[in-house]
Amino acid sequence: MSEIENSGTAPAENPSRPSRVLIVDDEAPARRRMRELLGDCAQAYPVEIVGEAESGRQGLALAQSLNADLLFLDIRMADMDGLELARHLLKLPTPPAIIFTTAYEQHAVDAFEVHALDYLLKPVRTARLLAALQKVRPLPQSADAVLERANPRARRHLSVSERSRVILVPVDDVVYLKAELKYLTIRTPEREYLLEESLTKLEEEFGERFVRIHRNCLVARSLIEGFERKAEEDGDTHWEVVLKGVTERLPVSRRQQHLVRELGRGKASL
Amino acid sequence: MRIGERPPAALPDFRNLGVILRILIIANAMGMMATVVRATTPADIIPAGLEIAGLLEPLLLLLLLALVALNRPLHQIPYHWGCIAVIAAAMAVVTVAYFIDYHWLRIPDVAWWRVTLLSLFITGTALLYFNYRARALSPALITARLQALQARIRPHFLFNSINAVLSLIRTEPKQAETALEDMADLFRAVMADNRDLIPLADEIALCKQYLNLEQLRLGDRLQVKWYIDNMPADALVPPLILQPLIENAVYHGVQASNAESEISINIYQRRGELHAVLSNPVYPDGTSHSGNKMAIGNIRERLALHFDAEAGLVSKQLRNNFQVHIYMPYRRRETS
Repeated sequence: MSEIENSGTAPAENPSRPSRVLIVDDEAPARRRMRELLGDCAQAYPVEIVGEAESGRQGLALAQSLNADLLFLDIRMADMDGLELARHLLKLPTPPAIIFTTAYEQHAVDAFEVHALDYLLKPVRTARLLAALQKVRPLPQSADAVLERANPRARRHLSVSERSRVILVPVDDVVYLKAELKYLTIRTPEREYLLEESLTKLEEEFGERFVRIHRNCLVARSLIEGFERKAEEDGDTHWEVVLKGVTERLPVSRRQQHLVRELGRGKASL
Repeated sequence: MRIGERPPAALPDFRNLGVILRILIIANAMGMMATVVRATTPADIIPAGLEIAGLLEPLLLLLLLALVALNRPLHQIPYHWGCIAVIAAAMAVVTVAYFIDYHWLRIPDVAWWRVTLLSLFITGTALLYFNYRARALSPALITARLQALQARIRPHFLFNSINAVLSLIRTEPKQAETALEDMADLFRAVMADNRDLIPLADEIALCKQYLNLEQLRLGDRLQVKWYIDNMPADALVPPLILQPLIENAVYHGVQASNAESEISINIYQRRGELHAVLSNPVYPDGTSHSGNKMAIGNIRERLALHFDAEAGLVSKQLRNNFQVHIYMPYRRRETS
């Protein structure tokens, strides 16, 4: 075995310590079934089941707090689906290995096939589970783009990595997004976060939710309170947007001034 | 009650609101035509039209009443005798009413032969129309349409349910057995040739079996409230008319959240109509509602194929609640 392969973080390559498994599925019977199947495989491939999560959010918290290194992750879940959770997990310094499980999700399954991501179809056969366990490896960083394309839905949360932990920022809380030199600033009523994503891509992903008021700024449409005219030093004036939840005003670029008319009137009558 | 088989030519069901509406439209359209033909200047049309309406409407209503009353016997005799009987009824109504009117009220200055011929034309046209319509809505076409509209089980539901049953086999074999039996019944219903109307009680039983399976997967998240104490259990309904709506409610209203969610199902009878109102919570979510719209369009079309204008579906979204209301005529199996 070459040194490069040894340096990998794949838990499967360390036979002295069984994988720490977390089962994430919003249906209790499905979690119980996965436990049974892992028990059946224990002879050939022992694992330690460290926990179960019944939602994507819980999954993200437990994966970190329990230090799980292998997740069985259901794709379709209520509050945060498996594809979104996987993308958040990729922001960890050492992301866990993930085996997706799904009853029926043709779109995602096709994408997984093409990009050699691990998945199991429910109901799961023991033989297939064992095969998946034996070749399991951490999710490559390149998976992010695949997961994004495999998921037709916009994310419910943005995630930022701070001190080697992943923090979720619900999209509903975001007041505005502003591009700085290298990062994006996410502003919620409570605080700011730094994010490494492109403003244009976010604009595409979330569509109507945010409106671009400036080359470098998207604001939450539903939180626009109104617009104010601001005089500049040279006597010119420009518009600024007033947003609910934050005190700062953001400039509206000349090119986007039509928004003042389109959005301002409607808001003024409120 | 079976739609879709090639029926021998038959008179339309005169108790059907759609049929009554069509008769009214045909008769009035022809009355209009007669007015236009008689008028010498455009200004004549309105007074002439009023005059003819004054004559036509009471006759028409009398005739319709007669047809509704005679509906059963008219359908028991052969088609051609039925047609003759309808024409005869029309003539009789016209003759009787005309003379009553003429002698007592002296309103219409229209010759008897004109009224009689006109009503003969109208009746004949209507009969031809219904005959043609029955052919155009060919049984093969309706069957194909109903088959295309046949309720389908979501694959996601199927595989997750099988998985849930598998999880029970080792620890709760009895429960697993019940679940498989429920599943078998559900699939039997879905795969059946669904042209015949079935008793409401059967549809409710099926819905409950379906909900048992969902309960297995979703546990406490799924709460169901039934308000069916006053429902007419013997009412005949199209098969799988409620189950897809309940499935939708579970899919959009329960599965979409980790919280406990309540679906309510209220079925009652009012003035000869059967009503069912389903409601489920709605969660703000990016999920598309196209699947939902499709299911609702599907039910609407099936109701129309079975009951024409007498049945319908209304859906509305209240603040955090999605509500579907369907209504259809209260029909029972005729005991013969």
